[in-house]
Amino acid sequence: MTTLTNPESQKRYARRRRGHKVAMVLSNVATLLGLIALVWILATLLIKGFGGLSLAVFTQSTPPPGNDGGLLNAIYGSVVQTVIATLIGTPIGVLAGTYMAEYGRNTKLATVVRFINDVLLSAPSIVVGLFVYEIMVQPMGHFSAWAGCVALAILVLPVVVRTTEDMLLLVPDSLREAASALGAPRWMVIQKVCYRAARAGLVTGMLLAVARISGETAPLLFTSLNNQFWSTNMNASMANLPVVIFQFATAPYEDWQRLAWVGALLITLAVLTLNIVARTLSAPQSNAR
Amino acid sequence: MTTAVVEPASETSSILSRNRLMDALLRSLTRAAAIIVLVMLGGVIISLVDGALPAIKTFGFSFITTESWNPVTEKFGAAAPIYGTLVTAFIAMLIGVPISIGIAIFITELCPRWLKRPISTAIELLAGIPSIIYGIWGLFILAPLLQAYVQPALIATFENVPMLNNLFAGPPYGIGILTAALILSIMVLPFITSITRDVFETVPPMLKESAYGLGCTTWEVVRHIVLPYSKTGIIGGIMLGLGRALGETMAVTFVIGNAHRIHSSLLAPGTTISASIANEFTEADGVMYTSSLIALGLILFVITFIVLACARLLLARMKKSEGRHS
Repeated sequence: MTTLTNPESQKRYARRRRGHKVAMVLSNVATLLGLIALVWILATLLIKGFGGLSLAVFTQSTPPPGNDGGLLNAIYGSVVQTVIATLIGTPIGVLAGTYMAEYGRNTKLATVVRFINDVLLSAPSIVVGLFVYEIMVQPMGHFSAWAGCVALAILVLPVVVRTTEDMLLLVPDSLREAASALGAPRWMVIQKVCYRAARAGLVTGMLLAVARISGETAPLLFTSLNNQFWSTNMNASMANLPVVIFQFATAPYEDWQRLAWVGALLITLAVLTLNIVARTLSAPQSNAR
Repeated sequence: MTTAVVEPASETSSILSRNRLMDALLRSLTRAAAIIVLVMLGGVIISLVDGALPAIKTFGFSFITTESWNPVTEKFGAAAPIYGTLVTAFIAMLIGVPISIGIAIFITELCPRWLKRPISTAIELLAGIPSIIYGIWGLFILAPLLQAYVQPALIATFENVPMLNNLFAGPPYGIGILTAALILSIMVLPFITSITRDVFETVPPMLKESAYGLGCTTWEVVRHIVLPYSKTGIIGGIMLGLGRALGETMAVTFVIGNAHRIHSSLLAPGTTISASIANEFTEADGVMYTSSLIALGLILFVITFIVLACARLLLARMKKSEGRHS
């Protein structure tokens, strides 16, 4: 208290308090800005999206401008390509993650792969589209749904590798040692002990990967392209929601723009649901540890 | 007697050899899968270089410094997209980094415990929203708002300020470099915030408590203890966000305006590498046009690879030193 009688210290104390207040207000404002952005985007989506929602969206294919129609072909295309891409990418990713966490732990190969994988995890997805165009679309001479699947699978891979390795490393070594002491060979330990202990985590990784690719547009632009009509031919170009949204939103026709908002709502709902499910699946585990 | 001994022995040995076989099989299978990751990176680089070769041979180094982009005369230069990519990402960082760090400070230091999880989750949900949603939102909601209110105000405010009046000149289009940068700054928020928050939480409580014990305010603790301690990690997080901003495609494509020129005004339409590729690749006819676009992709990949590699190295170093402390 004696220091505060000194005018010099009093001034300094006031200055420090001011600095503290300003910083804390700014920090609150920053958080508010972030939350406003989220709420604003979601609210816009809900209002504009639900406004255009109707049964036709799920029963009819994309219309020419000025006509009624829906998004059936795009929804089908998105689901099929996402599922196939996940089926291609996940097993490879799980195996690679297994190598890094089990057989190859602390090896040079695992270190290099981990680094490269982390970089690929956030590499621009449009470059993946160019890559698949070069290796599949150009040699085949036409756009195809298969090419789209491969492009998406390449995006699935790093996500799954990363979560698989992380989740397997969370399995305590004492479990592995106990199984080995019972005479179980390594492959059995991995299959029966490690995979089982890490199951929720592995599923989380897959869900996150699906969430990531189901909104991806850039890699599909020049691999599976788009298709105005209903098509199940995997060797031809196929419609998918993101590219349809891109095309319809940037077109000057109002009914197309309305459908684009509906598509945007559907994708966001799907992706956010996947995200939240993945989060709740992994949450109790991470709390327990 | 003899048969009784021999039979189990041969059975065990067959089980043993089967196990050895299975182990070798699974080991090489997982190893092969790990190598696929490496092969993919190599494949991406090789295929991009291969596709870009015609453009590189024709234009050489001047490809990077030329501004003209003319499909008719087949004269291509990457200066405008490279400029657009760097400027949008830079402005996005300028806006996004302080906000992200502010949010991280709020979550770790100020927020009541029960609010911690909901706010973290909300910010992380921003990362879950697909980039095309940001694009459609930016085009229909943000751009008209900017055009009607913010950009005229900016132009009027800086009209008589030398230097700055060039940056904020021209008619308010709504779409353009600044709009793209704004959207990008929202998109990088969750990435920088979550890493910054994680790094803040590694600061030993002892250090913070000592500072509080000396009578520091919360801000002084953050400024002099938390920030210096987590510097490396924050820079790593910023680089990671920068990598995202540089490579972001769809959100930018919606609002950038796709104009292949370098304009001094931030309000003018421009283009970025990824937006050029997204807009023009399917329409590109002729070897040179396609090849120039692939060369753009190669440049983008090299830039982002370097930025992301730096980010990972910084974060790995942070992790290592953390291990040493504990």
